[in-house]
Amino acid sequence: MSFYRSHILVCVDPECLAKGAYDVVDAMQDELVAQGLIDEIQVLETSRIGGCSDGPEMMVYPEGVHYVGMNADDVPFLVEEHFLKGRIVEKFREIHKPVVDEELGPLRPKEVRVVLRNCGEIDPMNIEDYLAVDGYQALGKVIGEMTPEKVIDEVTRSGLRGRGGAGFPAGRKWALTRQVPDSPKYMVCNADEGDPGAFMNRRVLEGDPHSVIEGMIIGAYAIGASYGYIYCRAEYPLAVETLNVAITQAREFGFLGKNILGTDFNFDLEVRVGAGAFVCGEETALMASIMGQRGEPRPRPPFPSVKGVWEKPSNNNNVETYANIPQIILKGADWYASMGTERSKGTKTFAVGGNVAKPGLIEVPMGITLREIIFDVAGGIKDGKKYKAVQTGGPMGGCLTEKHLDLPLDYEALSQAGSMMGSGGLVVMDKSSCMVDIARFFMDFTQAESCGKCTPCRIGTRRILELLQKICDGKGEHGDLEKLEDLCHEVAKNSLCGLGQGAPSPVLSTLEHFRDEYEAHVYEKRCPAKVCRNLIHYEIQAPTCTGCMVCARNCPVEAITGERRQAHTIDIDRCIRCGICMQVCNFNAVSVLS
Amino acid sequence: MHAPPVVSAIKEVVQQAIEKHGKTPDALIPILSEINHALGYIPAEAIREVKRQIHNPAERMYVAESQLYSLATFYDMLSTKARGRHVIKFCENAPCHVVGGKAIWDALRKDLNLENGETTPDNKWTLVTTSCIGLCSVGPVLLVDDDMYGNVTVEQILDILGRYE
Repeated sequence: MSFYRSHILVCVDPECLAKGAYDVVDAMQDELVAQGLIDEIQVLETSRIGGCSDGPEMMVYPEGVHYVGMNADDVPFLVEEHFLKGRIVEKFREIHKPVVDEELGPLRPKEVRVVLRNCGEIDPMNIEDYLAVDGYQALGKVIGEMTPEKVIDEVTRSGLRGRGGAGFPAGRKWALTRQVPDSPKYMVCNADEGDPGAFMNRRVLEGDPHSVIEGMIIGAYAIGASYGYIYCRAEYPLAVETLNVAITQAREFGFLGKNILGTDFNFDLEVRVGAGAFVCGEETALMASIMGQRGEPRPRPPFPSVKGVWEKPSNNNNVETYANIPQIILKGADWYASMGTERSKGTKTFAVGGNVAKPGLIEVPMGITLREIIFDVAGGIKDGKKYKAVQTGGPMGGCLTEKHLDLPLDYEALSQAGSMMGSGGLVVMDKSSCMVDIARFFMDFTQAESCGKCTPCRIGTRRILELLQKICDGKGEHGDLEKLEDLCHEVAKNSLCGLGQGAPSPVLSTLEHFRDEYEAHVYEKRCPAKVCRNLIHYEIQAPTCTGCMVCARNCPVEAITGERRQAHTIDIDRCIRCGICMQVCNFNAVSVLS
Repeated sequence: MHAPPVVSAIKEVVQQAIEKHGKTPDALIPILSEINHALGYIPAEAIREVKRQIHNPAERMYVAESQLYSLATFYDMLSTKARGRHVIKFCENAPCHVVGGKAIWDALRKDLNLENGETTPDNKWTLVTTSCIGLCSVGPVLLVDDDMYGNVTVEQILDILGRYE
């Protein structure tokens, strides 16, 4: 192995790639060659370093300097300053948060990385990097020292629950699948992370695929499974590629295939790529899709533990659940159970998005409050605006308000509040979001993704959407809110799978917490957040207007009239409420009213 | 551009896809995805050809055209309609929506004079929405073919579109 005095790790996650990370890597290589440093300094491509919102990002070791936001043109300057002159370039330095936060004080636990521990630290395309951080040691321990029953016991005692969102105890699921007297048995990994706003699993698959694979092999040993599938959505091409490389390398090293680690234990694995269907995240739909059918859910029981892929016992867990397993085996169930709340143990990854100052991926211990996540970890609301609501649990979760900010996050607390843990997307909204519009938006999504198999979901979601559209359009009538509520309860109660059962949650939770906004739309024909087009109008404030005519020139429908240097007016009947006048006005003279 | 594929070309694409993925029931979705990727969509001739090559009662392998069609229309990423040379996929999901996605969507439709799912008369552009691609921290996001663009602003749209022939 060659010796390098410095290592530059450049993040090549899709988010940084979208901002030109490969250009930075190429420029870096060229510049190092030009400066004669290429034998001393190594450039590596890695995944997640920071939040990726200020990408491209890079880490320089051994100094541990974290740079963000540079582009290819900045590279020669950076190389000269940092690597020739030895001066850290403060301009590009990420100073807002420590990169690896392992030294956590007992009083204010914020980020704790278990699942994300290797992301951005190792090269996901090289199994030796994973081996260097204790990779596959847990597998060795399991095969060498533990019986399958002992493994299941350890996982059960750790308190690990299904990270796909439903929270079924992982150890119990393994035990159920193990005791079914049928063979062969299959391991399934649900990597069909479809919730809008959730991208935690993508990060793990792209940054540390072996932890998921190792978790699956350990599970296969415990359950007695001989083959496995990772069902990954096609929207994640890089994750698919990384997984395939990782599986090939694991096979070469004897962790997959026949006679694993020299024993008579056989297990192999393949990646199945979806073709764009949200409902395939539901386990029975997912297994149908693996078998080459339409991804339509079927009633349970029989549960997949009894009849899953190819009608055989199949254990299905989520990416994050499997990624936790090697650490639980290595560090012990007690260590894992020491984190979290009484019934929700360990850590949870969340993707924080929407109107926060620092969106991105985080991993926090269960039991942390929403306030800590939004204000301490994610930097608060963007542009100093006021917090309004947060959607947890994706499109089938609920909107939580100010009064829920101090709720300790665990499975039970969230469902009691009318939402759910879900896979871990958090969409934070400030005062400029209209909650009726948001509910309509989520319903638009679930309605489009309904597979159409069962009537309550197929027709019910459409009727709910129509009612919401009517209310947003300012055509709501007396009785509509009650009808909406009834319909939501019917759809939730009678739908076949989690999609239909959860689809009304955003409507029900916003109806509960923001009923005044719905009432304003229906009875006063007013949108308090000034979002719904039919319920707002624009007005030019005469004292502030200088008569510069910019708005009149930009209006697409010529609704603005007025003489030069005289205050202008908007013809409300002609106006299509596109808001362009407000955007182009240099004097803030245009206001929106409702 | 995806010129109307001739039948011999379709046969070859189908043949290659089947050789790669095999003649088993669980290979059907990978085969259709492969065809969609090679031809830009799945023409009716390709569906017929898949059936001809895979359906084999002697081996108890039964495939009907209706079954293939039902798969091709169920999954969003498979298209049975021809598409333009470049496909713009716009993420319309909540995280992008709350950070200004709607203005981008409106501007895209206006600039291209297209509605969701439509193709320009010169066959250059097809505009569609996509499910969340997980790039939420750099929203609004759009994809042109396989190229990702994050933190898109209305001003950047023409510049982005100008990069494609």
